[in-house]
Amino acid sequence: MSAPHSTGAAGPGAAESHEPVFAGAAKARLEVLFPNYPTRQACLLPALWIVQEERGWISPPAMAEVAEVLGLTPAYVRGVVTFYTMYHTHPVGRHFIQVCGTSPCHLCGSDDVLKAILRETGCGELGRTSPDGRFTVAEVECLGACGFATPVLIDDDFHDSVTPERVAGVLAGYP
Amino acid sequence: MGYPHPPHPRESLLLSRYFGDADAQTYAGWVKRGGYAALRKALGLTPEAVVEEVKASGLRGRGGAGFPTGLKWSFMPKPKGKPHYLVCNADESEPGTFKDREIMRWTPHALIEGCAIGAYAINAERCYIYIRGEFTEPWRIMTAAVEEAYANGALGADAFGSGKRIDMVLHRGAGAYICGEETALMNSIEGKRGNPRIKPPFPAQSGLFGMPTTINNVETLAAVPHILNQGAAWYKDLCLGNPKSTGTKLFSVCGHVMKPGNFEITMGFPMKDLIYDLAGGMRPGRTLKAVIPGGSSVPIMNREEAETALCDYEGIIEKGSMLGSAGFIVMDDSADIVYEVYRLAKFYAHESCAQCTQCREGTAWTTKILERILKGQGKVEDLDLLLDLSDQMTGKTICVLSDSCAAPIVSGIQKFRGEFDAYLNHSRKPAMAAV
Repeated sequence: MSAPHSTGAAGPGAAESHEPVFAGAAKARLEVLFPNYPTRQACLLPALWIVQEERGWISPPAMAEVAEVLGLTPAYVRGVVTFYTMYHTHPVGRHFIQVCGTSPCHLCGSDDVLKAILRETGCGELGRTSPDGRFTVAEVECLGACGFATPVLIDDDFHDSVTPERVAGVLAGYP
Repeated sequence: MGYPHPPHPRESLLLSRYFGDADAQTYAGWVKRGGYAALRKALGLTPEAVVEEVKASGLRGRGGAGFPTGLKWSFMPKPKGKPHYLVCNADESEPGTFKDREIMRWTPHALIEGCAIGAYAINAERCYIYIRGEFTEPWRIMTAAVEEAYANGALGADAFGSGKRIDMVLHRGAGAYICGEETALMNSIEGKRGNPRIKPPFPAQSGLFGMPTTINNVETLAAVPHILNQGAAWYKDLCLGNPKSTGTKLFSVCGHVMKPGNFEITMGFPMKDLIYDLAGGMRPGRTLKAVIPGGSSVPIMNREEAETALCDYEGIIEKGSMLGSAGFIVMDDSADIVYEVYRLAKFYAHESCAQCTQCREGTAWTTKILERILKGQGKVEDLDLLLDLSDQMTGKTICVLSDSCAAPIVSGIQKFRGEFDAYLNHSRKPAMAAV
């Protein structure tokens, strides 16, 4: 289910010491959500988003911490994390790029956009982080913007109607 | 309208009138355009009267199934101390469909108002709007709009002084097509893997957190204020002859057309005119080959079927496909049907939640078979195998994801068999390199 990612040195188990995510502002961001749901478990997806925003990815110790905070087990949390493609279970580059490749975009030339992005970023292949640590690229399924082919999501920024010619200009905004 | 294109004179602008108009995104701008009058009106009626009005309008679910909205609302039990929930499905992930995204981007208050009316009608004090994780821009806009709606008293413990509590919670998905299926979506809100549930029980009996729940699509709920404002009879008359498909509908048109975009037309509009007139037709020198009209989960239509179909629920069924979410994937004569069917099968294989064997194995296996055909390594019996597998994938699983994978495969083979044969008898060069 999950997008391909490189399994670098910081794979599972590498993060020995874990600085808690849910302290200070991040803790407050989570706690303000509790009244919105009748169960703590329902805060799992929002809690995982907070972890990813704070740390860039969701490490096994972070999963254990989320489990502790919400009264779940680490194994259960891992089962949920790995179901959803947008949660990173490995570190990624400073900027994460998602390129749509489903049929409507494919018809409109998404293959060439993807090739240009892999070349311009220096990533070379899907899931690999560029040598400068700047980018990781994933080909994803339908981004829901088929009339604006090819849509590219860089971090939280949506770029419509990207063509191979526009790739370098778009990437320049992400140092 | 066909944003970013100017409105076409043959469109009927209701939901999309303010697409592209940034002022309509704000609470004040929305009120200036007549916004929130329908919610005030609804709060002055009984919930039952609101349900009856929507029932009488003939509004049907815009998410794909086309179930009558008022009837769905009427399935909710009488309040007996248990909380009721309204859930808005904003997990728009069906390939070819991009209408809900535009509603949330440009008219967030239309959706909030529709949700508030819906919540009131089914005696729910809380509405969850489940927005897919990739929709970062709609998320930002909806977040700001909900805050504004609270600040102006449209939402909260005492909505517009009616004494009714209406709360709205935005819930962000995290990348899973299957969460657009209503029971998978409820599981996802509950903090679970997005696995669809076996029905019954239906959501109206036991839905979100085990409570009576109604789930509606973004476009369905956004249409509700118009029905309250102008009346069910007026809405019902917005169709071209077929009283079973009423109102206007946003049609997303993408792929090989000159002007891809959303077009809002009355139900019953000729598909030929939608493709050639509103969406600008084919690229120079190209001719239409095929259309997948319902998002990708429905049978492929060939040129003759597409050019003679009417755009409503019944009209497309008559031509052998389904309206679905009305995301039109248009292919001209340069498209390779075998490759596009393969690409869709790959999509479904990626998105299968893997609970049911027929789906988990079937989507992956059909993808592999199509891949070997494209590599020039297919066998003559592969087409029969694909049809047999597709049969086993249809009507035998918890949800319809595997049926959705089978639909383009079966119709592709039936209607474009020659293209498959060309790969099998090596009269066409392999589209993929053999490894």
